[in-house]
Amino acid sequence: MAEANSLSPETVIAQMKANGVTDIVWLPDSETNFLYLLMSSDPDLRLVGVTREGHAMSITAGLFAGGRKPMILIQNTGMLESGDSIRGWLMGMDIPVVMLVGYRGYTRHGVITDTVAHYTERFLMAFDIPFYLVENDADADRISIAFKQAEKTRKPVVVLVGDEFHGFNR
Amino acid sequence: MMHTSDLVAAIAKHRGDAIVISGRGGRHWIQHSDTALDLPLGDPAMGGHAGFGLGLALAQPKKRVILFDSEGDILMSLGQLPTIAEQAPANFYHFVLDNEVYATTGGQPVPGSKVIDYAGIAKSSGYPRAMNFADLDALTDALPGIFAAPGPVFVSCKVYPEVENTPINQRVRWRKRSAAQVVSDLRGALGVA
Repeated sequence: MAEANSLSPETVIAQMKANGVTDIVWLPDSETNFLYLLMSSDPDLRLVGVTREGHAMSITAGLFAGGRKPMILIQNTGMLESGDSIRGWLMGMDIPVVMLVGYRGYTRHGVITDTVAHYTERFLMAFDIPFYLVENDADADRISIAFKQAEKTRKPVVVLVGDEFHGFNR
Repeated sequence: MMHTSDLVAAIAKHRGDAIVISGRGGRHWIQHSDTALDLPLGDPAMGGHAGFGLGLALAQPKKRVILFDSEGDILMSLGQLPTIAEQAPANFYHFVLDNEVYATTGGQPVPGSKVIDYAGIAKSSGYPRAMNFADLDALTDALPGIFAAPGPVFVSCKVYPEVENTPINQRVRWRKRSAAQVVSDLRGALGVA
């Protein structure tokens, strides 16, 4: 069972469905195995696995150009690696996409010691990409807010999935 | 070696109603066609054209998608090849213009350019069909067969480099539309806007 206060994979899937997502372009991160099992068993979702996070950006742009509604699922480490692809293939081409980004190293308690967490929000602010933090099911409506903002602005919007209360690995 | 202008002219004869991502052949392709189904994206971020082609081919399975990629792009994102092979879009025709140099930065050699077998890499990555061509006659003869069979197919072609060595902001702009406009035009033409 998911931990109390966790963000459950079922909630994430429900948000995808509610917002009409057709394709998930993704690279596994350390927290998403149960989500993967749910997504891969859903006949209405196509999974496009990539070998480097930056590849997800141009694939997503192509899917959108052809009329699909893709979503990106990666970890913050890969997002940092993907900066120029985000700039060129998403922001520069007005691609309205939500990127669900695993927030490795994030904690609301004590001191953040993982450098990728230290730089994650700074990276997003430098790129002027709006973002929302989601830690548990009660925050899940922020995912729909992100979809609406992406549609309205025709730009990518990031949802950071706080790691601390994750319910993805049962 | 072949001239890129001759290569795109040969492929234009087989285009039909395909969507064409003109990529590294863009300045020549625009001489043949510049409709909403022609996508001169410029260089949004090097290495990503193959991924864009994959996404578009998956989204529009009833339309052929032709891409003019380059060997420099391929080497930047080799990991896209197994992703394309796994998704196996039957409508994807992936041409690679291999000029052995980074032409837009002055013609510096691409690492390994004299020894790499690009079709071999594609085939090992899972493309069901992959081939190399060094001259235009052989490519021209093969094109009917290339387009007669389903993709994904990977076709690497040796082309003469067209080296540019002026600062980017001083170059003549041949594109008439921004990349965002190109995408918007395509979506309108496909009825998915």
